[in-house]
Amino acid sequence: MKRLRGRMKYALVWFSAAVLALFVLLAVIAPLIVPHDPNAQNLLTRLKPPVWLHGAKAGFLLGTDNLGRDIFSRIVYGSRVSMTVGILAVCLSGAIGTLIGLLSGFYNAVDQVMMRIADIQLAFPTILLALAIVAVVGGGMNNLILVLGVTGWVPYARVVRSEVMSIRTSDFVVAAQTIGVTETRLLFRHILPNIVAPIITIATFQVASAIIAESSLSFLGLGVPVNVPSWGNMLSEGQLYLGTAWWISVFPGICIMLVVLAINILGDAVRDYMDPKTRLG
Amino acid sequence: MLSYVLRRFLYAVFVLFGVATVVFFIARLTGDPVAIMLPPDASAQQVEALRHSFGLDKPLVEQYGIYLLHLVQLNFGESLRYSEPVARLIAERLPATMQLAGASLLFSLIIAIPAGIVAAMKRGTAVEGGVLSFVLLGQSMPVFWVGILLILVFSVHLKWFPTGGIGGWRHLALPAIALGLHLMALVTRLLRSSMLEALGSDYIRTARAKGLYPRTVVAKHALRNSLLPVVTVVGLEIGALLGGSVVTETIFAWPGVGQLLIQAIYNRDFPLVQGAIILLAGVFVLVNLLVDLCYMIVDPRIQYK
Repeated sequence: MKRLRGRMKYALVWFSAAVLALFVLLAVIAPLIVPHDPNAQNLLTRLKPPVWLHGAKAGFLLGTDNLGRDIFSRIVYGSRVSMTVGILAVCLSGAIGTLIGLLSGFYNAVDQVMMRIADIQLAFPTILLALAIVAVVGGGMNNLILVLGVTGWVPYARVVRSEVMSIRTSDFVVAAQTIGVTETRLLFRHILPNIVAPIITIATFQVASAIIAESSLSFLGLGVPVNVPSWGNMLSEGQLYLGTAWWISVFPGICIMLVVLAINILGDAVRDYMDPKTRLG
Repeated sequence: MLSYVLRRFLYAVFVLFGVATVVFFIARLTGDPVAIMLPPDASAQQVEALRHSFGLDKPLVEQYGIYLLHLVQLNFGESLRYSEPVARLIAERLPATMQLAGASLLFSLIIAIPAGIVAAMKRGTAVEGGVLSFVLLGQSMPVFWVGILLILVFSVHLKWFPTGGIGGWRHLALPAIALGLHLMALVTRLLRSSMLEALGSDYIRTARAKGLYPRTVVAKHALRNSLLPVVTVVGLEIGALLGGSVVTETIFAWPGVGQLLIQAIYNRDFPLVQGAIILLAGVFVLVNLLVDLCYMIVDPRIQYK
């Protein structure tokens, strides 16, 4: 029984990796595989259901929306938005957070200031802070990446800081200091490589959070512009047609759920693999 | 202990001050709010007059000082769109948001606490597997997707609940479930792991060895200790709940502060946006202050220096 469960878990992790790889692939080769232009409107093919339902129109695998646009093509293009925002925002917030964490863990003065700022930032629910900034600077993919990147640094900084604090007195750090290694070199060449594991674990989960944040903002009409196909936009447009054309919002919703679920499963696996003792707050 | 309470209180004030500062400077990122408020063909004189009436011609530091002074007096300014004090507009909407957040919290705890206990006690069985799968699913569904699914199934097809608006409990049910699902998953997961830890500890073995009823051991000995981390996390998650209420209120046309905020953003009604964000962040800071103070009562082992 136990062995069976272990195998199932293993299979689930691989399945998640495959799902994620599939969506990344879709995002990369989107223009090559979509059957229609994702923004091509056609009033003659409005609100057609998916091919397996009565009344479907051939060539529109997952049906069409209220403007006659192909849902499948829009979903494929939407994966570009989600993947790009998710990955780039996490790279940015990971870099900022790691740098702040390294400095905070090493210099007490920096720590005093940065942890106060972290407390202030945590008083804003993530989506609220993003909303406030987007409301002022405007939406669009670049702004979303910037906003989510700049506001996402706290978890990295906190974990990196405590890791640095716990290893700064260890022998290899003291030894490096004794032979006169510069502080920059010490931080980036000696300490950083030893604390990569928790950073990767957090980053994995943060990709999921960034994707959810992007789609939530787009759903509210404050994310990527409406003419860019994104999963959040599609859900929001489909909400008006839930009674007549459920497929407009259900398919992009399933995609968001699948991607986030896959990332969460992978994140759990990464955490177990990297360090069974790691506990994230 | 009194000094701890005082220090904790002062720190909450500091955080609130930081929040207000951040909001002030974010609002000023936009440049000149007057430019949006006047028609494009307004004369330079009109622009200057309006800037003067809002105090925008003063130096930034002075504007900031006045802003803080007004905040202390709970004066959030006047809404550009409704020409009413922001504080009054928000106060009108606040009960609806509190009702929604309270109902979500209640819903999530009512399900999560038994589920977490059962998952821990039935370790290694299909029951635990089922609970954990549900938890994983719950954590992976953004609130707007849950909301749309609920509307699709329970409003559009089964017609059990209305699709939106405010009214009796039937209006409250779906938004509360949509908003509470994530917290429910989180609490279940957390309670399960802390129950497992508690059930494996020495004092539980002692309690069992001296022949207490299994029910007493679980409910009185293990659960009480396992609830401590849950209290902290619930406090921290109130922030996510308030943030999520913005989305939930939009989907279900629930007339709360979140919906007001989104409309204010669409209308570029900056004083109202500022006020709503400061208020939501303020509620969060206050709740966490209360959680910290409650902690002191719940867990007498903690020493406060």
